Amino acid sequence: MTATTPEKTPSLTRRSGVGRVLIAVYAILALAALGRSGFQLATKFNDAPFAYVLSAVAAVVYVVATISLIAPGRVWTRVAWITISFELAGVLVVGFLSVFVPTLFQHHTVWSIYGIDYVFLPLVMPILGLLWLRRTRAATASSLEGNQ
Amino acid sequence: MIEWLTLLQILVAVIGGAIAVLLGLIGRRPSDLTMAFTGVVALLLIVQLGVAVASPLMGNEPSGSLLEFYIYLISAIFVPFGAGFWALVDRSRWSTVVLGVACLAVAVMLFRMSQIWFIQSV
Repeated sequence: MTATTPEKTPSLTRRSGVGRVLIAVYAILALAALGRSGFQLATKFNDAPFAYVLSAVAAVVYVVATISLIAPGRVWTRVAWITISFELAGVLVVGFLSVFVPTLFQHHTVWSIYGIDYVFLPLVMPILGLLWLRRTRAATASSLEGNQ
Repeated sequence: MIEWLTLLQILVAVIGGAIAVLLGLIGRRPSDLTMAFTGVVALLLIVQLGVAVASPLMGNEPSGSLLEFYIYLISAIFVPFGAGFWALVDRSRWSTVVLGVACLAVAVMLFRMSQIWFIQSV
């Protein structure tokens, strides 16, 4: 076993420090959403076409969001803001509708009941994601010492 | 799918995951211990794949959708291998946390798979 000391990250990018854990969780969530959405579209599309198409859109957005957290640059930063905000809006709207107008979402999607099927990660992750984006924006915008 | 094997897998994944997350948060880099847990989780998933393929031949049928089960299983297999590779490339404390998150995610997926196999109906 190797003993360690904590190291400092030289600069605060989206990919640094705890952002990596964010990326990992997003990647797993994207994988899970893609798999489930693919299964639903392939086998039960007629049961709830709207819900399952929405699920597929959500899955693709998760994939893009994951990439945008990894890739550097101003364009990908903007993509990150857009995709993660879209996810938050999506889980809040679909979550609300699935609870209060359940007839619309009788078949579960990744955002149903605020993402309960995924331990509410679809709700928690975009909030953490936006907080992280705000933090890294402030750090990279000001070109001061970037110690965490 | 075999019940006791699945239970064992979930236990290993949860314990390994929790240890890795804790070690990572206190600043430890990926070590033999955390990599070994992830490796065992990955290995057990391969075993589970073999069991799943052989089960219907032995009269052990899933109650739910076999396709859905396999989608979860194949996705789950990617996770510890991906995380293990990540931890080899990035030797930081956050990679240790990622190893833990990966193991915990596999535990959740295994739970979901067990529901599909033993409880859910098509």
